Amino acid sequence: MKVFALLTVIIIGGLLVYGAEDFPKWGDPQGPGSVHVSPRYIQGTYIETGTPNVVTAVVADYRGYDTMGETVVIFTAGVACILMLRGKKRGEGEGDV
Amino acid sequence: MIITYEDIIIKTLTRVLAPFLQLYALYVLAHGHYSPGGGFQGGVILGASIILMVIAFGLDTARKRLTEKADIVLLCIGLLIYSGVGALCLALGGNFLDYSQLTKILPVTVAKARSLGILFVETGVALGVMAVMVSLFYDISTGGLPPER
Repeated sequence: MKVFALLTVIIIGGLLVYGAEDFPKWGDPQGPGSVHVSPRYIQGTYIETGTPNVVTAVVADYRGYDTMGETVVIFTAGVACILMLRGKKRGEGEGDV
Repeated sequence: MIITYEDIIIKTLTRVLAPFLQLYALYVLAHGHYSPGGGFQGGVILGASIILMVIAFGLDTARKRLTEKADIVLLCIGLLIYSGVGALCLALGGNFLDYSQLTKILPVTVAKARSLGILFVETGVALGVMAVMVSLFYDISTGGLPPER
């Protein structure tokens, strides 16, 4: 069974490495990642948002909805830990939460 | 449970370091428009200053400064600031989180309004991240037990 698992990993890993040959070169200015929306962000960020840092403008403005989701994830993680850890001892602890 | 050691060096160093740490957190938050940084990073540094206080002065001292209830309130306020700015833009007639609508209530240009909107939501993110860090640290170091008072 271990040999089968190892063979599967080797074959799939080899396929992935073979497939990676077709990727555009890293940092290629003509690659699909560099010609779709990136020029629009780089040219428009300072004019539209008055923010020289493109990363901040994309994270908090152009994709602000995404960042709100990230904040909700952190909020949910914190609340889940509070519910699990503090709720467990509520029977023996006399203080409120 | 975190045990407090009576160490004058650690306590004095924390006393000196903590205000500068918090000031630096605010700098990272406010300077996110111009340099690497922003809400997440600033919030983590802010939370680290509270955790440093727990390590140096003990859990009870820190929990008197920032109680668990206040921490949960800060957590909710952080998310409320973010979604509140979005909802405000919606109420002013634009899309959700369309900061250019803020020009209707603030005397600034469209670009400046979007810059300010970014700062508002980053502040919310920083508050939320800081509260989660501190809350997790309190919970894990006490096992979730309420403070002995």
